[in-house]
Amino acid sequence: MPEISPVIAPDLAQLELPHDPAEVQAPVVRGGWLSVMAWRVAIVIVGLSAWQFASGRLIKPFWISSPSEIWAQLATWIATGELWVNVEVTLTETVLGFVFGAVGGIVVGLALGLNRRLAAVLDPFIVAFYSLPKIALAPLFILWFGVGLTSKVVLATFVVFFLVFYNTYAGVLAVEQELVDVLRLMGGSRWQIVRKVILPSALIWIFTGMKSSVPYALIGAVVGEMMASNKGLGYLIQAAAGQYDTGGVFAALFVLMIIATGLHELLKQSERLMLRWREEGQNED
Amino acid sequence: MNDAPLIEFRGIARRFHGRAGTVVACEHVNLSVRRGEFLAVVGPSGCGKSTLLNMAAGLLTPSSGQVFYRGVPVPSPNTDVGYLTQRDTLLPWRTVEDNVSIALELRGDSRAARQRCAHQWLARMGLTGFEKSYPAQLSGGMRRRVCLARTLAYEPETILMDEPFGALDAQLRLVMHDELLKLWTGMRKTIVFVTHDLAEALTLADRVAVFSPRPGRIRAIETVDLPRPRDVFRVRFDPHFGALHDRLWSYLEASVRGDVMVN
Repeated sequence: MPEISPVIAPDLAQLELPHDPAEVQAPVVRGGWLSVMAWRVAIVIVGLSAWQFASGRLIKPFWISSPSEIWAQLATWIATGELWVNVEVTLTETVLGFVFGAVGGIVVGLALGLNRRLAAVLDPFIVAFYSLPKIALAPLFILWFGVGLTSKVVLATFVVFFLVFYNTYAGVLAVEQELVDVLRLMGGSRWQIVRKVILPSALIWIFTGMKSSVPYALIGAVVGEMMASNKGLGYLIQAAAGQYDTGGVFAALFVLMIIATGLHELLKQSERLMLRWREEGQNED
Repeated sequence: MNDAPLIEFRGIARRFHGRAGTVVACEHVNLSVRRGEFLAVVGPSGCGKSTLLNMAAGLLTPSSGQVFYRGVPVPSPNTDVGYLTQRDTLLPWRTVEDNVSIALELRGDSRAARQRCAHQWLARMGLTGFEKSYPAQLSGGMRRRVCLARTLAYEPETILMDEPFGALDAQLRLVMHDELLKLWTGMRKTIVFVTHDLAEALTLADRVAVFSPRPGRIRAIETVDLPRPRDVFRVRFDPHFGALHDRLWSYLEASVRGDVMVN
């Protein structure tokens, strides 16, 4: 009887974990946390001072604005309440897109990972959609769903979905057959094996996918807003740029940076909680 | 009826088809495992010993011949066997106690019952105090003992062991032999134990089957009539042990030397 080679879609099977730049650990330095912090603060102070100095003296403020101007802009936005309204819109789009995309990606990734035949059939379609720059779909979604929240949520969902789906799928394929066999011999049902072996084993991959998709959810929301909307940080950037207000553009970018960092940190913490066994094992060595 | 073999390999051959062509792992294998016996299978690496275990577990089908368990063809998977593989198959995200009691969890035992069972087995293995540890926090020898505890905890009728102590150092291996024999004496499970170490096989088993190199065939089956309980630390100095070892080694030697020549 010939050995049955597993039906694995070649393109999907050769997946590797996406490189997540935020995953690169900051190197541990002698001298401790305090000196590292001191250096960081120093860099910020020097950088901002140089920027402030250069603005108006070396380069026209029109091009680079200045930290003080950006701060003033932020203060105005906070005072008028404009900031919160727009942050709320962008955050809502990002979070909804992320949640829908992640849930969809996990479900479909699991389904295809557990059903290799279906995966083999759908492989070319998935690759085709995956290769498509998702942002290019924005005009279509705006056409379909209007300039409001929905079109941005759909765009963000789409972007997140593929990243999480791919990772989940690869994670399921990476599960060690021996672990599965041990539970089968113990009389474990298919569902028990999925719950107790396949899901926990794939969780590292799923989290990597989710973590790396957070910035993309934000990109989806902001790009959608920049194309057509009347609210959100993308809209703020677009509107400010339209009025040649460089300070406004920088202020909005600054807020975006804070949001992105915050979201990433949130996910990192929840990953830590869920994958506690990894940490404890490593600490011992 | 009780004398009927528990596991029976009848005319087994197994071929693997790979890129480099077809490899015959084993052929013409006829072997009966009696209920309650400790059978060791010895042979050079790559002679299809693990293949036999996989077939007894119903994880692999023979290319020809048939494997019977309790008189009927082996189901896939065979849930009457517990399998202790060469590699660690603990679930790294579960604590030691949750690993040990996983089979009980699968069949729906209560949390309290699971915990009681796990603690009892860990105590027997000398692992009290490590219940809440994760596998990565344990040494290789401790992980092996957790694996063994997990296999014994749900009391499968038969236990298949594939070079279970191969990765341990010589002293620890003897300690594990001692523990295994004590446990087995208490439970009298049927054990099929695969190893390439003849001394290990003779120390533990009631019968030893010696395999030739690939394609693996049975060269000899010898009854190990050393009295029990055996002192695993001294039994190898017993003159009868020496005689058995000499006789079986002559079967193995030819194949091992042949192996060296081929390479």
